[in-house]
Amino acid sequence: MKHIKTINHTVLKDSMAAGGCGECQTSCQSACKTSCTVGNQHCENKNR
Amino acid sequence: MDVESGSVHLVDDLAYEMIPLWQDNSKEELVKKLQDRYPQEDICDTYDEIGELKKEGRLFTEDIYRNYVDAFKARPVQVKALCLHIAHDCNLACRYCFAGEGEYHGRRALMSYEVGRKALDFLVQNSGNHRNLEVDFFGGEPTMNFEVVKQLVAYGRSLEKPHNKNFRFTLTTNGILLDDAMCEFINREMSNVVLSIDGRKEINDFMRPTRNHIGSTYDIIMPKYKKLAESRHQMNYYVRGTFTHYNLDFAKDVLHFADEGFEQISVEPVVAKPEDDYAIREEDMPQIMANYEALAAELLRRKLEGRGFNFFHFMIDIDRGPCVAKRLQGCGSGCEYLAVTPWGDLYPCHQFVGDEKFLMGNVDEGITRPDIRQMFRQSNVYTREKCRNCFAKYYCSGGCSANAYNFNQSIDEPYEIGCEMQRKRIECALMIKAALADARGEDTEVNS
Repeated sequence: MKHIKTINHTVLKDSMAAGGCGECQTSCQSACKTSCTVGNQHCENKNR
Repeated sequence: MDVESGSVHLVDDLAYEMIPLWQDNSKEELVKKLQDRYPQEDICDTYDEIGELKKEGRLFTEDIYRNYVDAFKARPVQVKALCLHIAHDCNLACRYCFAGEGEYHGRRALMSYEVGRKALDFLVQNSGNHRNLEVDFFGGEPTMNFEVVKQLVAYGRSLEKPHNKNFRFTLTTNGILLDDAMCEFINREMSNVVLSIDGRKEINDFMRPTRNHIGSTYDIIMPKYKKLAESRHQMNYYVRGTFTHYNLDFAKDVLHFADEGFEQISVEPVVAKPEDDYAIREEDMPQIMANYEALAAELLRRKLEGRGFNFFHFMIDIDRGPCVAKRLQGCGSGCEYLAVTPWGDLYPCHQFVGDEKFLMGNVDEGITRPDIRQMFRQSNVYTREKCRNCFAKYYCSGGCSANAYNFNQSIDEPYEIGCEMQRKRIECALMIKAALADARGEDTEVNS
């Protein structure tokens, strides 16, 4: 595309099928302890 | 950004102008509207590109997750993370301490090995098929009870094989008691360590004084933190500060850490009651926003120069971040995440400890107040009305329940100042991603 470039390749919908395994880190256990931040969490599900 | 798909697009001026008009206008109408400023061929190409992205589900997508999250919420609750209050005691007297200088407005106490062991048993028994279990040694100051920390790590390790579990231990410390032997243990056993310090010496020492207000805590902890960060190869730790009304220029504190050689940095707004002198107020917001923007610009500059660092609140994974189920369910407090006091009481999270209304049970009897668990269980992005139309909802998951409760007496009523800061941080994080992608050789002008 000439006028629009998409910089990521996945869409949230695609994570519905194999998502929700719950093996990832609980957000508050990372650094924050006050602010729920999930956007940077690492997905542990290899089937996604 | 297309909120519901999570797609991030870099667009030129024409696309930037056309996207809001696209759904309500035909190609011909858009040619008429824009042809005085753009060539007709470009207008038609852009129109088609937008159409293609819509077809691919990357633009103008709709929220389809409402029933999906309800299905997840209906699953049986499994616990996978504990915050162990290994010591309700502290050797500092931080002015903003939500734990009342370690005591959580109760009595001083150290967790016994026996209570900790029961907590780990409770975790394993209530974790279902979850393999990865997280245990944070928290306080007060956990190094004041470090022998018990060591014993509990050994006990946790002994449970791994028989129960097919993988414990991830973490520790949050103020650094005062850290010594080489502790660091060696931490490096061997802790998947992450959070090192509390607020930034520049004068800022840190003002908010984080010693108990007798003599000497500089900065001078005590800074050399230890540097050594520990290096020994962990600058990974799997955070130097973690809190900013308050007294250091609204917190970007300087973040950069101070970076200049001191730290690569994993988190500096976060204080959680306080509105009447506290150090609380962040509405009138502080312009300065806070400006600091986030300045910090983002400087971080980008350093990344482009090959000397970047991670700032926790600007870290965002737009390609392989968490699944949508995780993003919608909230932080997990009160359900998959619980806090355990030194005497074994269970609370929804560390922020609620000491508030008897939220006492949920104990490590002997398990959950005795399923109604509290259910209240947290039900809470998600959709039960928080203010979140529904917020572009940041898939990145903050509805925000911190404790913050919401402290300010609005409801876990479903988000803390607005926190939301404003969160939106700014996500904007900054996306800007950095977009600018880095652009610098990698994309030739499109960035307007995102």
